[in-house]
Amino acid sequence: MEIEDHLFRREAGHLVAALTRIFGLGNLTLAEDVVQDAFCRALEVWPIRGVPDNPAAWLMATARHRAIDVIRRERTARTFAPDVVRVLEHGGTLDPVIDEAFAGAAIRDEQLRMMFSCCHPRLAEDAQIALVLNVLCGFGASEIAAAFLVGRAAMEKRIARGKHALASEGRLFDLADADFTTRLASVRRALYLLFSEGYHGASGETTVRADLCADALRLARLLGEYPPAATPETDALVALMCLHAARLPARVDEAGDLQTLIEHDRSRWDRALVEEGLARLERSAAGSHVTAWHLEAAIAAAHAAARSAAATDWMLIVSLYDRLFAITPSPVVALNRAIAIGQRDGPERGLEALDAIADRARIEHYPFYPAARGEMALRAGDRRAAYAHFSAALALARNGAERQFLARRVAASRSNHKEQS
Amino acid sequence: MSEFVLLFRSTPEGRRAAMGTPERAQQSLQTWLAWIRRLEAQGHLKSRGQPLDPAGKVVRKGTVTDGPYAESKDLVLGVLVVDARDLDEAARLAADCPIAEQGGSVEVRPVGSIAT
Repeated sequence: MEIEDHLFRREAGHLVAALTRIFGLGNLTLAEDVVQDAFCRALEVWPIRGVPDNPAAWLMATARHRAIDVIRRERTARTFAPDVVRVLEHGGTLDPVIDEAFAGAAIRDEQLRMMFSCCHPRLAEDAQIALVLNVLCGFGASEIAAAFLVGRAAMEKRIARGKHALASEGRLFDLADADFTTRLASVRRALYLLFSEGYHGASGETTVRADLCADALRLARLLGEYPPAATPETDALVALMCLHAARLPARVDEAGDLQTLIEHDRSRWDRALVEEGLARLERSAAGSHVTAWHLEAAIAAAHAAARSAAATDWMLIVSLYDRLFAITPSPVVALNRAIAIGQRDGPERGLEALDAIADRARIEHYPFYPAARGEMALRAGDRRAAYAHFSAALALARNGAERQFLARRVAASRSNHKEQS
Repeated sequence: MSEFVLLFRSTPEGRRAAMGTPERAQQSLQTWLAWIRRLEAQGHLKSRGQPLDPAGKVVRKGTVTDGPYAESKDLVLGVLVVDARDLDEAARLAADCPIAEQGGSVEVRPVGSIAT
């Protein structure tokens, strides 16, 4: 019996959410301790007895058993959730209360409630994301710190502050609350940022970043399964995650080198995710207004529809970027728009579009800005300029993979510009 | 072939490090499983032993304390029995036990023979 990848991480999220419902949000740390205990037991028992047929069920049964012990032991020292308190005060057995918290549908709801709790408006967005990753996705502070290129101590502090805020809420967010819609927007935003960190982030740990994307998608799908949260905007978010995540297998080639979208071996795109993304995108059109996520998903869908970079409908993509820029006038959107214009109208037009980016100072430290100039210069036959731009980009590289990628570009333009002179 | 008991010891810190994060715990578990499977495949695994529950008591003359966690810096995590030609081979088998990576140690003890 093999253990599925990330089983513990995923189960940590399920179990903490279920235990928190029993213990109350104020006892979040206790819930985490119980989960840790269950993992310890697995570490002691599985090597001797073998891996159980259903490892997730074994962990849940162990945590459930431990939860009952803890409630009995700490009944006077702590205040548990109202359902538990009632049983403790009036006698009777805890089993039905605990069974209910661990039932399949309940675990889904508890995860949703935890997600809404973590995205409390009092918390900054980066704290919300750190909490989601820690509490719902089972990432440790050190792992989150590595993914976000933040020091471990700073991340521990951020998580601790977030948990303190959570604990002071006392109980999980009520999905029937009047704040539901506002909170839903915060949850979606946090999941989007989480996904983007995985997709575009600076950390060189590509596997960790792929995990962030997978978890953001898992949680976004969970939102989509809950009817009041399954709005067109949620569909657009899931669509854009699916369509981008589909490309992840092709972002690095077999030799481990980073590939641009233009160079991707598209046969390595995940077709199932593309299909899911397209179906979601279609459903997202049911709404009355178009959001940035609709447009980002539509751009990704246009790429997914093309067999090759050359066969891409760049006309459509440029027009989608025009609309996206009208909603989100960020220099990164302008950069991508300029790249699309370069594909549609040739490198000279692309360079003009790059020069026209109003606040390009904000992306001057982003290595793919000078790299885009380098690509266009190279295509225009100006190898000397390409060499200078790629060298500038290389100096800004944020991790080993980017350095390797840009070093190859520098080398390519150098050998060419030597031939030229 | 003779029998040897492998006695696994660790410290509370070592155990916590092996558990670290859920991902780390799963990796620790997988290295243990792989190590035991290797022993088994090579025909050295005599007995998988018994899992030890961490909660227990320590009994001394006149006192019984909850333990071993409450006081011990040196925890016995478990035992297993291997078949090996001699003590040197048994020690070699123990050498790549993952507990070494987790701040712990393996004590290798020949099962005493009783002269008949």
